[in-house]
Amino acid sequence: MFYFTSMSRTLSAPVTVAFDYTRSTGPVLGRFLSGLRDGLVVGGRTSEGTVVVPPPEFDPVTHAAVDDFVEVADTGIVTSWTWVPEPVEGQPFDRPFAFALVSLDGADTPLLHALDVASPGEVSTGMRVRVRWREERVGAITDIECFEPVAAEAAEVSTGSTGGARETLDPVTGIVVPIELDYLYAASPEESLFYRSLAEGRLVGQRCPTCGKVYIPPRSACPSDGTPTAEEVELPDSGTVTTFCIVNVPFLGQRITPPYVSAYVLLDGADIAFLHLILDIPAEKVRMGMRVKAVWKPRNEWGTTIENISHFAPTGEPDADFETYKQHL
Amino acid sequence: MAKQPAAVIGVGQTHHRAKREDVSMAGLCREAMDRALEDAGMGLDEVDAVVVGKAPDLFEGVMMPELFLAEALGAAGKPLLRVHTAGSVGGSTAIVAASLVQAGVHRTVLTVAFEKQSESNAMWALSVPIPFSMPVHAGAGGYFAPHVRSYIRRSGAPGHVGAIVAAKDRQNALKNPYAHLRNPDTTVESVLASQMLWDPIRYDETCPSSDGACALVIAAEDVAAGSPDPAWIHGTVMRSEATSAAERDQVNPQASRDAAAALWKQAGIISPVDEIDVAEIYVPFSWFEPMWLESLGFAAEGEGWRLSESGATAMDGRIPVNCSGGVLSSNPIGASGMLRFGEAALQVRGAAGEHQVDGARRALGHAYGGGSQFFAMWVVGSERPGT
Amino acid sequence: MRDVAVVGFAQRQLAHFDGSPTCVELLVPLFAECYEQTGWTRHDIGFWCSGSSDYLAGRSFSFVQAVDAIGVMPPVNESHVEMDLAWAMYEAWLKIQTGEVDTALVYAFGKSSAGVLRRTLALQLDPYTMTPLWPDTVSLAGLQAREGIDAGLWDERAMAEVANRSLTDAETNEYAIRKGGSSVAELLARPMYADPLRKHDCAPVTDGAAALVIAAEDRAREVCDRPAWIRSLTHVVDPLSLGTRDLTRSPSARQAAAASDLSGVEVAELHAPFSHQELILRAELGLPGDVRVNPSGGALVSNPMFSAGGIRIGEAARRIWSGEADKVLGHATSGPALQQNLVCVMATDGQGE
Repeated sequence: MFYFTSMSRTLSAPVTVAFDYTRSTGPVLGRFLSGLRDGLVVGGRTSEGTVVVPPPEFDPVTHAAVDDFVEVADTGIVTSWTWVPEPVEGQPFDRPFAFALVSLDGADTPLLHALDVASPGEVSTGMRVRVRWREERVGAITDIECFEPVAAEAAEVSTGSTGGARETLDPVTGIVVPIELDYLYAASPEESLFYRSLAEGRLVGQRCPTCGKVYIPPRSACPSDGTPTAEEVELPDSGTVTTFCIVNVPFLGQRITPPYVSAYVLLDGADIAFLHLILDIPAEKVRMGMRVKAVWKPRNEWGTTIENISHFAPTGEPDADFETYKQHL
Repeated sequence: MAKQPAAVIGVGQTHHRAKREDVSMAGLCREAMDRALEDAGMGLDEVDAVVVGKAPDLFEGVMMPELFLAEALGAAGKPLLRVHTAGSVGGSTAIVAASLVQAGVHRTVLTVAFEKQSESNAMWALSVPIPFSMPVHAGAGGYFAPHVRSYIRRSGAPGHVGAIVAAKDRQNALKNPYAHLRNPDTTVESVLASQMLWDPIRYDETCPSSDGACALVIAAEDVAAGSPDPAWIHGTVMRSEATSAAERDQVNPQASRDAAAALWKQAGIISPVDEIDVAEIYVPFSWFEPMWLESLGFAAEGEGWRLSESGATAMDGRIPVNCSGGVLSSNPIGASGMLRFGEAALQVRGAAGEHQVDGARRALGHAYGGGSQFFAMWVVGSERPGT
Repeated sequence: MRDVAVVGFAQRQLAHFDGSPTCVELLVPLFAECYEQTGWTRHDIGFWCSGSSDYLAGRSFSFVQAVDAIGVMPPVNESHVEMDLAWAMYEAWLKIQTGEVDTALVYAFGKSSAGVLRRTLALQLDPYTMTPLWPDTVSLAGLQAREGIDAGLWDERAMAEVANRSLTDAETNEYAIRKGGSSVAELLARPMYADPLRKHDCAPVTDGAAALVIAAEDRAREVCDRPAWIRSLTHVVDPLSLGTRDLTRSPSARQAAAASDLSGVEVAELHAPFSHQELILRAELGLPGDVRVNPSGGALVSNPMFSAGGIRIGEAARRIWSGEADKVLGHATSGPALQQNLVCVMATDGQGE
């Protein structure tokens, strides 16, 4: 799906960059996250005696790994807050809410999390709040659903626990953090010319005004000279395979099923090869110097993409002499 | 104006594994840093500045992770720099750290490079489809395989040379307690029998995907005077060219040749194969050993494979290459270049343990990245330059 | 130390750049401007260093293609930091200090509008205990602003004064994407956005790129009548953790300033993407009331990610070139809530040596 109008200078299309990251936590963060899973907030005591939540992995003064853990209360006071009028994807609420720094009873430093209130008028610095625990907890910061206000009459200052933190069975050692980001990718003006020409079944490159080399796709800067390529040059859809590899390995996000031949195709008249797919010949028969011609998809499937060319196929001509393309390797 | 003398006085690295599930990112870095500091006989508080290197942020899913790591790395209240020059980053980072000392700005600099590849998947991170373009990209192997094919065609190298390199590096790795791949059964035959992944590159001819880190302590002359075995920096160089340019030589890039020439000149080396005692060269796919041997001037063009085939690059050969097992045995991408630089330093300090080359006095550390377009190299020696 | 000066500066700032995330097409004319200012070609440049972010672009190795804009045949001595332009300049300054090179062109670029910037920046936080909540940049700034208001260190009026002055100054800055001051009262009458922040308290999402040219000694003198000599260039980082930091302070900014001689500074360009952050910086740097702050309008009116810090240095240097000032300060920040800070003091010949 491509978003563009004939009016826009450049072509653009959405891209999603998404991965579920698998993070190993190490012993300190693991201890904190194990606590959350068990419905407890665990802080770390630093060499200066400060109880910090979440515990720092290494002591800020001695730089040694923190190993003195302290359970603190799940109630505390708001030390700062901000209103979130337009939440972004992934935040604890998809309706307006507050982010707050909350100093839990027994801790010396605040913890950042969401505070569930309906309007900024319901928040104030110094107000008492408590953790709203998620029912199904897995050992993640999101085991805390949010903070919620504590009704004034119910407010009772907990001293927090000053003893050590209880040992936990089956400690958390890893978490999964899905990260999904949406971008609008734009092609450069020169590339846009190339892709728009493809929508008309044409292959249009540009010549560098400084070195005279023909680039396809054309470039915003000739990489040798730093000058934008300019004069348009229409190229035929036939060329020579300079070099290639046979991809046998499957991987996440792959869009062509292996095995396939990924080849540098040097179009006749171009000074640079581009990567494309070679089909209609067994992979093991593909050769350097093999002459190929584009096989276009049916016209009704064309868009502003190099994928209009389904693949390149052998022409049956004799192979190009090595001397004719060796400077392109 | 001349550079201030600088030396590596501490080298540390992690045990490299496919998944270091026992440590966080901070823990991984600190494992390498603490070893480097112990080696240098100093503590974090004696460090003036910290330089962090890492390959793409998409690998760990953290934007500029040095920011959240700052305190754990002991960088709070100090200057902190973050370098990213693709696969060459570990080398570039060491060079930036060295320049802090060579410029006379700081006396003791700690540099750390890391990658926690198990947090995601490098093939995915390197092959996020770009709209409008052809989705034929297949990670680093897919990128480099066509150029390996070009090298084989150009040089006429026999097909088994890549396997010789792979078997050698895997055997060397057995002498390195930190190496990721430790398979005593790897032979030329077993490499040749392994699956063809990105033809012409076989499974056993590719680097693993590792979690790991490397750290160096680089010091000025007065600090290095307190070290029993400083590795003096005799030359550093960085060169870059384009990923794709008309008629760019992708087998033997000009940036690589230029970098090598500038490096040898700085270090006063006329014949690298005679004057360099041991080399740690960035070889993520086995065929890059002969390719870089040529580009670096250890062999004439088209002749690098003869050195590899003859055994000259083995530990007891004329020019031992990757005695540590190299990138082929451990590849925490962002750290891989610094490991090459650090292993070179260990060799000239006589501290490489079982994979020490006897009497090594001058060593090359080498890294490259992008589409063979970014190069970072250094020469370290047991003698202070100019002496 | 060698005497090194800023002798070239070019910038582009746009609300929405419709080109590619590599920004090559923005960089080519920027480099041309730098060449015009210095009379140099790319062959006169000894070292190149760029700053950018893969996560801003949404793809790995986003900086790789940017070197095309240089024209890299023959190959160049080049590096890249995943940081703001100001730190790219720091690396180049180091390179010159080693004596290896005499000149450098540094550049940075970023297309903030390609994604949802305030959400993307949540990836800068602690990945285990913060990023899963996606705290956005504006929220973090709001927490910081509130702490200062609660502590009586500043108020909404002081914040509005910063915004009004910035918007007014922006009217004479052709690159600013938000401009037009009115009055403090009018700004305060505008609705709250992310309480305690109004929209004018927050930098607009900005695309852009910038380049700086620095050179040593005679190389600087030969191309610039009044080179902006770098008298000190210092940067420091604080811990990220919001809990253990006093958000109303910026110890790293104070430390960087303490290592610099700020006496006699006439103009200070401060990289403060939120109005209250300028107040924090002014206090931490100890700037006297008569220092002209952000005559360009500052980051509050235009904040292209990864170049806005370096732009502050360029804007400050420009005041030396033009003769408007003899001693200036450029400041850059990076990371959430002023975590990392760089202070660059520049002066004309004979000043602040």
